Amino acid sequence: MVKGYVHSVESFGSVDGPGVRYIIFLSGCPMRCQFCHNPDTWKMDEGKEYSADELLSKAVRYKPYWGDNGGITVSGGEPLLQIDFLLDLFKKAKAMGINTCIDTSGSPFTKEEPYYSKFTELMKYTDLVMLDIKHIDPEGHKILTKRPNDNILEMARTLSDMGIKMWIRHVLVPERNDKDEYLIKLRQFIDTLKTVEKVEVLPYHTLGVHKWQTLGIPYELEGIDPPTKERVQNARNILGA
Amino acid sequence: MKDFEQWGSFQGRLWKEEVNVRDFIQNNYTEYTGDESFLEGTTDATDKLWGRLQELFKEARAKGGVLDMDTEIVSTITSHAPGYLCEEDKTLEKIVGLQTDKPLKRAFMPFGGIRMAEQSCETYGYTPSPELHKIFTEYHTTHSDAVFSVYTPEIKAARHSHILTGLPDTYGRGRIVGDYRRVALYGIDFLIEKKQEDLANCGDGTMLDEVIRQREELAMQIKALKQMKVMAQSYGYDISAPAKNAKEAVQWLYFGYLAAIKTQNGAAMSVGRVSTFLDIYIDRDLKNGSLTEKEAQELIDHFVMKLRMVKFARIPSYNELFSGDPVWATLEVGGLGSDGRSMVTKNDYRFLHTLENMGPAPEPNLTILYSKRLPTNFRKYAAHISIVTSSVQYENDDIMRPVWGDDYSICCCVSATQTGKEMQFFGARANLAKCLLYAINGGVDELEKTQVAPAYAPITSEYLDYDEVMKKYDVMLDWLVDLYVNCLNLIQYMHDKYYYEAAELALIDTNVRRTFATGIAGFSHVIDSLSAIKYAKVKTIRDENGIVVDYEVEGDFPRYGNDDDRADEIGVWLLDTFIKKVKKHHTYRNAEPTTSILTITSNVVYGKKTGSTPNGRKAGEPLSPGANPAYGAEQNGLVASLNSVAKIPYVWALDGISNTQTINPGAIGHTEEEQVDNLVSVMDGYFAQGAHHLNVNVFGTEKLIDAMEHPEKEEYANFTIRVSGYAVKFIDLTKEQQRDVIARTCHDRM
Repeated sequence: MVKGYVHSVESFGSVDGPGVRYIIFLSGCPMRCQFCHNPDTWKMDEGKEYSADELLSKAVRYKPYWGDNGGITVSGGEPLLQIDFLLDLFKKAKAMGINTCIDTSGSPFTKEEPYYSKFTELMKYTDLVMLDIKHIDPEGHKILTKRPNDNILEMARTLSDMGIKMWIRHVLVPERNDKDEYLIKLRQFIDTLKTVEKVEVLPYHTLGVHKWQTLGIPYELEGIDPPTKERVQNARNILGA
Repeated sequence: MKDFEQWGSFQGRLWKEEVNVRDFIQNNYTEYTGDESFLEGTTDATDKLWGRLQELFKEARAKGGVLDMDTEIVSTITSHAPGYLCEEDKTLEKIVGLQTDKPLKRAFMPFGGIRMAEQSCETYGYTPSPELHKIFTEYHTTHSDAVFSVYTPEIKAARHSHILTGLPDTYGRGRIVGDYRRVALYGIDFLIEKKQEDLANCGDGTMLDEVIRQREELAMQIKALKQMKVMAQSYGYDISAPAKNAKEAVQWLYFGYLAAIKTQNGAAMSVGRVSTFLDIYIDRDLKNGSLTEKEAQELIDHFVMKLRMVKFARIPSYNELFSGDPVWATLEVGGLGSDGRSMVTKNDYRFLHTLENMGPAPEPNLTILYSKRLPTNFRKYAAHISIVTSSVQYENDDIMRPVWGDDYSICCCVSATQTGKEMQFFGARANLAKCLLYAINGGVDELEKTQVAPAYAPITSEYLDYDEVMKKYDVMLDWLVDLYVNCLNLIQYMHDKYYYEAAELALIDTNVRRTFATGIAGFSHVIDSLSAIKYAKVKTIRDENGIVVDYEVEGDFPRYGNDDDRADEIGVWLLDTFIKKVKKHHTYRNAEPTTSILTITSNVVYGKKTGSTPNGRKAGEPLSPGANPAYGAEQNGLVASLNSVAKIPYVWALDGISNTQTINPGAIGHTEEEQVDNLVSVMDGYFAQGAHHLNVNVFGTEKLIDAMEHPEKEEYANFTIRVSGYAVKFIDLTKEQQRDVIARTCHDRM
């Protein structure tokens, strides 16, 4: 049985998907976002191993709080890095009638096999994908995350074609992606997608900076403050959030 | 069968035959399932009065908290000339009546104890009348004097070491809720008539102790009822007959409550379940066109304003225990009827709306009797009010209704009582964490180093052995519970004798059911300590005389507050053990024993008097409040913590299990709509599992720190937070308590 590397869990997640949710943070992420507030989840082997059954038995203890639209959200790290485990987890969750949601950057996505078949299978058991598009501009994306964004945008189009519900999330970082031309371009891209239910603008915050210091990694956004209320509202207006 | 013309079209029969407000309500209320859009804002009169009151609050704060005090008049129902919030224009106040002749002037109430009454004056620079001193020391015995005259040396020692703590032996026990609605529904004359019937039927002529006592108590109740009429008359109202409209109903009801707070300075002086009742009158007036919605809201606003003004003279040590000057003028909204209908009316919205019209406030202690089956609109509006004001609390109607019926009130912070049918003997708390330390040290107090409990064999090993500790703890609990119950027996005896609550009990059935409310302090620390001893290794640190004064924990152990059954089951065991031991004992007037896990802000003071505990808590650090997990113990988020508390069976702690949680607004949803929905889901989930109570605060730690550092900022003047079982203005807390609140877990994962 495939096991998952879990960084941590949170019994009360209410900002990661609809309703009150049990959040599973998987370990490991291919991106190195400059604004990351969970750099402690980058390495996969530092997680604790769990089977899908073990995690679900913990999660269902909180079912009474989920109401009509809550459930579980798998976040990270980057959950799609552990797609085999995720597939097992969601298959079993669906069998138990649990609403499932993935919070992803899309970075591991590829149409190459065997990955793509697994991805297609996974989507059968997924109620919502929250896709975090870090930057619409390919060059800007590379600077911000150290990875390209073409496969991420391709994933968005694929989900749209598959009819999978999506929330697009966008972390607004001053001096990086907070420029009107980028925001307009992002909105234009979202307009090409058919299944986007919601767009969320998440203002960059500095609450995770201490983790970088603990881990001894130099923080590249030193000196950049969270965006002003006006800029956040501006982004929300442009993106229709 | 009576048929007053004031009753007009009211339906039903039984309530006309006997005093039965519940039956009246069930026959006449109109359920409301709509949303809050009908609500109205303030009137000019409300704005003027509230503006004036805020000035007075400010003035009082500038004078150290107390605006004015009585030093010459002993407060009784009729002792004071009428007082008004706005002397210049008395017509502004739709609901009138003050505790004394001036707003926020604190009455002199010596019957509980003359020393406390005098000390409270002296603390604020007032000199109480020497004549009154003479009367209440030479000619009259107070409750406090009587209690201390019969205390045993053993009780005194336990009281001194604070293993028994917060006892109502120098102040009123409170927690008795008169059915103030009766004044409005029946008028005083009918109530006197009924009490006179009871007096005529009391006993068969054989003058046994209890018959004599009952007769005397009834005589006192009838006297109190007559005085209520006189008091109302001084304000220009004749309350001998029933109220004929909504304004009179609110006014009559308030006069009943006013009589209670003029005569008793109990720790909790609840208003009770009045919302649905009053809606019947308001609804009738709205329908016949004699009242508009704006006027209806004004009545409720003015009534609530009066409840916000209730104050008692207190001494500093009392304030340390119950900080922020609370009176627990608890008032309920919501709940379901036994027939399954929701009892939510428009008036339940109006009461919550006062927090929007006049801003957040700690009093009245607004309590939502919660059920998942309450109308969705109402649950959402309540959640909205929580998010905006942090001023309301929630209690599980689905677990209380089977025990107390559908007409119970909350008689203090969280304890239920059948309205007009029951009274409670409030009995403060036994510190079970300290008791564990006594078990380890053979009855020697770990701070005072004196022998307080019997000199049982102490534990002498370096590492604590779970089985040995449990054996000794059981024996020490036997000692403590025995002493505690007997101490309470004599306190309640003397309170009945010297500080009888005639005004409240006049509005309660003569054949009253009594509960005997014990309480537990230090709950979470006992659980974690026993868990540490069981699952980790706990090393004792001893002083030069071999007394254990500290502990070192080696290894990790499950902690209460993480939905971990290994720890949570210890809590269930502890409660079961404690209440079973209590039930073995004779209780005064055969009252039914109950217990609670609901220490208020007193957790700070209790902690000061408790040495280091085996869970790693250091000597003097606050105990966690109520049934809350220990500080820093919650590692798995809010709902994991809630699950732990939800496991404690309410039926074993019928006096209440309080839980206070603070949630960062950013962590409960991005938009207000999401926040409301998520808070409703949390409440639904928590209460569906049988949990009893939840205080919800929605704000971040930054706000608390800023308010502590800048209490002068206008925005913090009414900044209200929920603490175990009640609400306080944050700036009225002592610095120490403010730091304690800040130190508690704020669930803020983003």
